[in-house]
Amino acid sequence: MSRRLHPSVAGAQPFQLADRDPDAPLFETEEDLDRVEAILSRYPTKRAALLPLLSFAHELHGWISTDDMEKIAGVLELTPAYVWSVASFYTMYNKRPCGRHLIQVCTNISCFLNGATDVLESFLEHTGTREGETSEDGLFTVIEAECLGACGFATAVQINDEYQENVTPGKVPQILAELGKDTGS
Amino acid sequence: MAYPYRHDRETTTILSRHMGEPEARGLKGWLERGGYEGLGKALEMEPAEITEAVKESGLRGRGGAGFPTGIKWSFMPAEPRGPHYLCANADESEPGAFKDREIMRWTPHLLIEGCLIAARAIRAEHVYIYVRGEFFPVIRVLDEAVEEAYEAGYLGERVMGSGWSCDLTVHVGAGAYIAGEETGLMSSLMGGRAEPWMKPPFPAQRGVFDAPTTVNNVETLASVPGIIVNGPSWFRQWGSEKSTGTKLWCCSGHLTKPGNYELELGVPLHEIVHDVCGGPPGGRKVRAVIPGGSSTAFLTGDELDCVTTYEGLLEAGSSLGTASPIVMDESTCLLAAMRRIAQFYAHESCGQCVQCREGTAWIAKILQRIEQGEGALEDLETLYDLCEQLTGRTICVLADSVVFPLRSSLDKFRDEYEAHILRNSCTAT
Repeated sequence: MSRRLHPSVAGAQPFQLADRDPDAPLFETEEDLDRVEAILSRYPTKRAALLPLLSFAHELHGWISTDDMEKIAGVLELTPAYVWSVASFYTMYNKRPCGRHLIQVCTNISCFLNGATDVLESFLEHTGTREGETSEDGLFTVIEAECLGACGFATAVQINDEYQENVTPGKVPQILAELGKDTGS
Repeated sequence: MAYPYRHDRETTTILSRHMGEPEARGLKGWLERGGYEGLGKALEMEPAEITEAVKESGLRGRGGAGFPTGIKWSFMPAEPRGPHYLCANADESEPGAFKDREIMRWTPHLLIEGCLIAARAIRAEHVYIYVRGEFFPVIRVLDEAVEEAYEAGYLGERVMGSGWSCDLTVHVGAGAYIAGEETGLMSSLMGGRAEPWMKPPFPAQRGVFDAPTTVNNVETLASVPGIIVNGPSWFRQWGSEKSTGTKLWCCSGHLTKPGNYELELGVPLHEIVHDVCGGPPGGRKVRAVIPGGSSTAFLTGDELDCVTTYEGLLEAGSSLGTASPIVMDESTCLLAAMRRIAQFYAHESCGQCVQCREGTAWIAKILQRIEQGEGALEDLETLYDLCEQLTGRTICVLADSVVFPLRSSLDKFRDEYEAHILRNSCTAT
């Protein structure tokens, strides 16, 4: 996040990261403001920068709060209600905080045919959660996802900003253990 | 990760030739593989000549609709009165399809080159690549390639020293199937909900930012450099009169060797399923195949003799769609499979049109009820009725997309539905 981004890709950064700071200030540092400028320079209208800026806030905080939406509305000269109407349309924007690791199990048709329902169950069982809940240690949130576009590698699971492919229920404990290790718990 | 499976590498060398070679991702490696040769050639051609060459090649859109690419380009105004835009549709979201991700993660410069040639043909000076948000690793690869292309002068001011300038911006979506529909994509790109709009106006008249716009799929654009380098007849050596060239086939479901295979259009479907992909594991029989992604009609295991051209699959009662066969073997409960597909469309309906918003949800609920053993035979009539109500009455084709698999599964696998309704059992083995 610290490198200076080329304007063409300034708005196109992965925004579901494990290493994020929910309390980081938004659009306050010079670096952030430069990036906002770079994003705005790529579109003929301010409004078009809405998704990139929502993603920017998400990248930083791991979710988008109404405060973030108000700030974005201010930058783009939109109403907060409009920003909320757009943010609420897209499934990848978390509208509330989630666990450090967001685990999204694709259960769409090709994964479904290859046992995705059992994979989802296994993640829920091993994290001790119900779908959409965050585990008590704050580490994991498991949700069901629609097609991730990796149908030949079923079951596909998106963990933060990476895909794990060909996941079976048997691989789940290992995957969770690795994630737990990364965060030092 | 290495590219998993290959098929007949020597004869099908357009799109997948360098997949699996990490060096091909970088500009240096790409140039060593003949990269940007097509762009160089295109810069010496008039825009209309490029469009004419693509028209002659017979290339058809690879995003699902199969519209001839050159003809689409020719709808753009010949004399720009303001900016023109090209949008590369990289929102790959049709269940079953996973080809654009492979193109972008292995050969990002192929896409950039294709975008540039297309932009030149339609007289655009800004390209937006709309990538689905989930593709984070792909976005990283793409970002790096775009920066490299800018630094080396393939993008930006005076492309390759010519008098023509072209910018390219990578734009990331945030999870919405309907953003893959061309007008939904443009709504989203303009900072809105990804709601499709009525045509006309067609994108070539008034598209993104109210300017003439062309939206092309990633695979379509990636097919263009080869055509410009080698000429239209080179591309026509593959496929049939109406379905030219090669195509990435995304094979998934119950298969021994699922994956992406680049094949000439027109290979019989049973050959793809059995010879290329090894058929279902454990020697089980194929019960059903959805040949073109989840929004195309079911074929039974006995209907796989059809040839996989646009016209061949249409004749067989289905569609080529995104060339993404989803194979279901005899252990599949087709009701459960259809229910899962219907849930997807219910979830992804943007909600603008009542028929679609309500209808897709009803279909999913009815199927779920039948699956839980609480169905009645009248439900099948209701489902047929919904098929009628949902066809051709909405702004976009999302509603139609659930009707194709639903109606065909009701027609072809009625025994499955009746077994659940009458005996609370299943015909899967």
